[in-house]
Amino acid sequence: MRIGKRANLILSAGMMLLSVIGMIPVFLVIMVSFSSEGSIARDGYRFLPAVFSTEAYRYLFENLGGILRSFGVTLFVTVTGSLLSLFLIATMGFAISRKEFKLGKIYAVLIILPMFFSGGLAASYAVNTQLLGLKNTIFALILPSACSSWYILIMRTYFRESIPEEVLEAAQIDGASFFAIFGRFVIPMSKPILVTIGLFEAFAYWNTWYDALLYIDSGHSSLYPLQYLLYIMQSKAEFASSSQNVTGVIEKIPTESFRMALVVLIIAPILVTYPFFHKFFVKGLTSGIGK
Amino acid sequence: MRKKNISLFLLSLPTAIWYLLFCYLPIFGIVLAFKRYRLIPGKSFVYSLFASEWVGFENFRFLFLNPQMGRIVRNTLSYNLIFLLLGTVVPIALAIVLSMLHSKKVQSIFQMSALLPHFLSWIVVSYFVFAFLSTERGIVNAFLLSVGLDPVNFYQQPGAWPVILIIVQLWKTAGYTMILYYSYLLSVDQELYDSAVVDGASLWQMIRYVILPLLGPMIIVLTLLNLGHILSTDFGLFYQVTRNSGSILATTETIDVFVYKALIDQSNFGYSAAASLIQNGIGAILLILANYGIKKIDPDRGIV
Repeated sequence: MRIGKRANLILSAGMMLLSVIGMIPVFLVIMVSFSSEGSIARDGYRFLPAVFSTEAYRYLFENLGGILRSFGVTLFVTVTGSLLSLFLIATMGFAISRKEFKLGKIYAVLIILPMFFSGGLAASYAVNTQLLGLKNTIFALILPSACSSWYILIMRTYFRESIPEEVLEAAQIDGASFFAIFGRFVIPMSKPILVTIGLFEAFAYWNTWYDALLYIDSGHSSLYPLQYLLYIMQSKAEFASSSQNVTGVIEKIPTESFRMALVVLIIAPILVTYPFFHKFFVKGLTSGIGK
Repeated sequence: MRKKNISLFLLSLPTAIWYLLFCYLPIFGIVLAFKRYRLIPGKSFVYSLFASEWVGFENFRFLFLNPQMGRIVRNTLSYNLIFLLLGTVVPIALAIVLSMLHSKKVQSIFQMSALLPHFLSWIVVSYFVFAFLSTERGIVNAFLLSVGLDPVNFYQQPGAWPVILIIVQLWKTAGYTMILYYSYLLSVDQELYDSAVVDGASLWQMIRYVILPLLGPMIIVLTLLNLGHILSTDFGLFYQVTRNSGSILATTETIDVFVYKALIDQSNFGYSAAASLIQNGIGAILLILANYGIKKIDPDRGIV
């Protein structure tokens, strides 16, 4: 749709302004992470700190122990989790996309239903901890969120529309088994959508904290993912600052900038990779809508 | 044919098992809402579930007797109605404006900035919000001081949170929804626009008579999905972004926060499950009714 030159100029400027405003929180946190502890104590958080400092990052890299372990947990969960998700989503998506599959219709209903109705937190928690024994295991961070009805439906739409029946039939005539067809034809032909969904899942697993809050006790801190470490740090910092008032002792570690530096470290992989993947996300969302 | 069906069955088996374990067992676990459940030491979950006492609607009675419940439900409903309205209008407005811009570069930059918050966790977002609202160090209070106003202790100030939470929610989610609408707009044949222009339609007429009807089906689907979750809220937004501050619960406690606290802080499975059942049940009923109503008006619309 065409609009006039002047309208375009005004609207473009407005949208650019909105883009910048939307990014301000990210910018602010980065700036705070590079502020000296002294200038934070004096002026509070600033977009442009009076004294720049990399003290927080130095401290971060000198005390990597716990962080490195949490990083390992997050990395493992992200890689294993997104691969498992892709496997679960692609196999089911393919199965219910085939008209000849007799269970297809029932499965489709059983997959859609949980989008609207669940047993609730208490029931899930009871099943996961008391029946499946996931409490304080790394699987608690992976399994409960491994599959997604929404992505299965997107996958089904994609398989139906983008993989010609003739290809599958031709392969079958050649005597290839259905598993071979799935591995040799279907998967390679669906790379774009697999990459999109895989990335969505990877980012989601990178952000894992809720399952840790529910299923990982404080006695098992070696299983804390990074995001949960950040969560713990927030509640601990509040505790520390309240006890600080009582004792009047000011700790030496750069707590304020340190926490923000950890935030920056956690979002850095997202910020760095996101511009490259952004087109995939938009395309993936588009292909899922279908008509 | 049979062989193919067996292969497809085997291929889908792992996912089917996942659904059984992580969706359908919990759905049967709804009976918790009608029990006084606790794990019997040394016995399995299933044994304990069967052995624990049936209490009928006792858990529900307690829910209704809870003096906070009215406030919690009111919070949940008000936020969701506002989110439903703004979460539809704002993304559509943005999508329409975006689709009109001449420069592909500007379009792409805006999309990128708008979708980014979708990929940040609520924990990270809560740090962002804190950087703005912290009483001693926050940017907002620094600004208030600089113009001669008193600083505000936001985390103790219930009145401020409806506005804060609405802004945060829109910032985090509007971009994603906008891209759904935007890509839908792009997928429409450009000739449709051109013919409207040839007919001499003004911009407003275009939006009113061409674009909005075009987006209609998608608005219906997304609204239906949201209606199904009318009593559900994002736990991260209401628990994490508010830093679970006790003094602002009057405007920030929603059913999901309540369900979490009943389970984790009080270990009351029955109570928590009863609240979830009401939450999910009402959502499901609303969804079915709305879907039925829309089918009555136009058989091609609706989701199922």
